[in-house]
Amino acid sequence: MKHQIRFTVNGDEYVVAVDPRRTLNEVLRDDLNLTGTKLGCGTGDCGACTVIVEDRTVSSCLTLAVSVNGKAVRTVEGLAPSGEELHPIQEAFVKTGAIQCGFCTSGMEMAAAHLLSRNPSPGEEEIRAGLSGHLCRCTGYNQIVEAVSVAAEAMRNSKTEEVKG
Amino acid sequence: MRLPKFAYFAPRTVEEALNLLADHGEGARVMAGGTDVMVKMIHGLLKPTAIISLLEIEELRGIHFDAKDGLTIGATAPLADTASHPDIVKYYPALVHAIRSMANVEVRNMGTVAGNICNAAPSADTAPPLMVMNGEVNLASLKGQRRLSLNEFFRGPGVTNMIHGEILTSIHVPPPLPKSGVSYQRISARCGVDIAAVGVGVGIVLAGEACKDAKIVLGAVAPVPMRALETEELVQGRERAQELLGQAGDRAAQEARPISDMRASASWRRKMTAVLTRRALDEAFERASRR
Ligand SMILES: Cc1cc2nc3c(=O)[nH]c(=O)nc-3n(C[C@H](O)[C@H](O)[C@H](O)COP(=O)(O)OP(=O)(O)OC[C@H]3O[C@@H](n4cnc5c(N)ncnc54)[C@H](O)[C@@H]3O)c2cc1C
Ligand code: FES
Ligand code: FES
Repeated sequence: MKHQIRFTVNGDEYVVAVDPRRTLNEVLRDDLNLTGTKLGCGTGDCGACTVIVEDRTVSSCLTLAVSVNGKAVRTVEGLAPSGEELHPIQEAFVKTGAIQCGFCTSGMEMAAAHLLSRNPSPGEEEIRAGLSGHLCRCTGYNQIVEAVSVAAEAMRNSKTEEVKG
Repeated sequence: MRLPKFAYFAPRTVEEALNLLADHGEGARVMAGGTDVMVKMIHGLLKPTAIISLLEIEELRGIHFDAKDGLTIGATAPLADTASHPDIVKYYPALVHAIRSMANVEVRNMGTVAGNICNAAPSADTAPPLMVMNGEVNLASLKGQRRLSLNEFFRGPGVTNMIHGEILTSIHVPPPLPKSGVSYQRISARCGVDIAAVGVGVGIVLAGEACKDAKIVLGAVAPVPMRALETEELVQGRERAQELLGQAGDRAAQEARPISDMRASASWRRKMTAVLTRRALDEAFERASRR
């Protein structure tokens, strides 16, 4: 039996009829065409499918779509507020060379967004711990860690400017 | 769709959940964070006919602490919230350490302590610290409530003393005693990303310098998280000393009943049981002497 669920993705409301067996990952990618969220391992080990539900990161491959009924989901497509300019996290990933094939990137960036929302000035160890569920087969991680720290600084600076201005 | 066919329910009250569980019989499964249930379904190891999600039940989500009654962790409180709760950080550091060394951020955001316990893996990281702290589970069924010590909870890999129709509503841990200290130490091939190959929990209470009560639980070296009773006896009445730590480690290694699997060989597990027991006992003494 299909369940009708109502939820928002990046602020847009969707009403979808889903079979309870379908994961949030499948519904985002196949029904809503939001393919920025990837599917890697499919079993919680790689981080490629990470999205934010309400205020925390989850693995969309281990989340049943029916369970997000009434909830707010954020994906990489909604990271930059305007959808045109890049978010400081995305900018930092580009600037530091933290992207090669890009398959891990959306998950990494969602994890970074979650980390920085809780800890605006993480040290290297904290960044590594925050990203520990995310595998990257290309970059060797150092640039990714650097990207998060560059993004953190940019976000702190824009906050103080906001306060001053 | 890679998952087997099942009906899905998200009740709002425990009573509703219990009725659903009874109505749908043996094939029904409750699910909290789903980080074990989903993986098992994806691998074809679990084929429930009905899934009853507990996540919409408001009353199961809370974490409460007070100095007299101790700690109550609701069945759906996420692992992440448990490990960052200020009272838990202050009074139950070994549990915090166990949770922070588990899995990764996303799994800790989704998964629960109750799910970790009910899943009953021999390697469940929260089991040893909760057991050495005399943790108990509160179970509800249509027949009523009961409380069970975690020491009597596990029966085998994936098997517990819960009966079908029961739901774990919360986990209770008594307040820490004066002069008590608890430690959890674990090792795996690749830090938190891997399930523990060995985990050791030690809880002691001091009278003066000597240990008047010791609880030691070994994880991932037997079909269930196991009490090392002989090691506990050996530690009883003794003061902190290198010699004692070495003896306790050796005894725990003898008591362990490890198997070889893809994560580690039995002989390595035995050696690590000795090492981790030493470390956990030392840290438990250290913590007890400061309280
Ligand atoms: C990538 C990854 C890494 C992991 N790493 C670790 C690790 O390092 N250490 C570790 O110990 N575990 C690890 N796990 C396993 C898992 O995340 C934990 O066991 C977690 O605590 C399970 O909680 P949950 O809420 O997701 O449980 P669920 O999957 O929802 O449930 C687990 C079991 O408990 C039952 N259950 C759940 N809640 C109740 C209840 N209230 N009453 C009765 N039955 C209930 C379910 O029916 C099921 O049988 C890992 C999992 C993944 C995917
Ligand atoms: S695809 Fe979800 S964690 Fe790998
Ligand atoms: S950039 Fe290719 S997997 Fe990370």
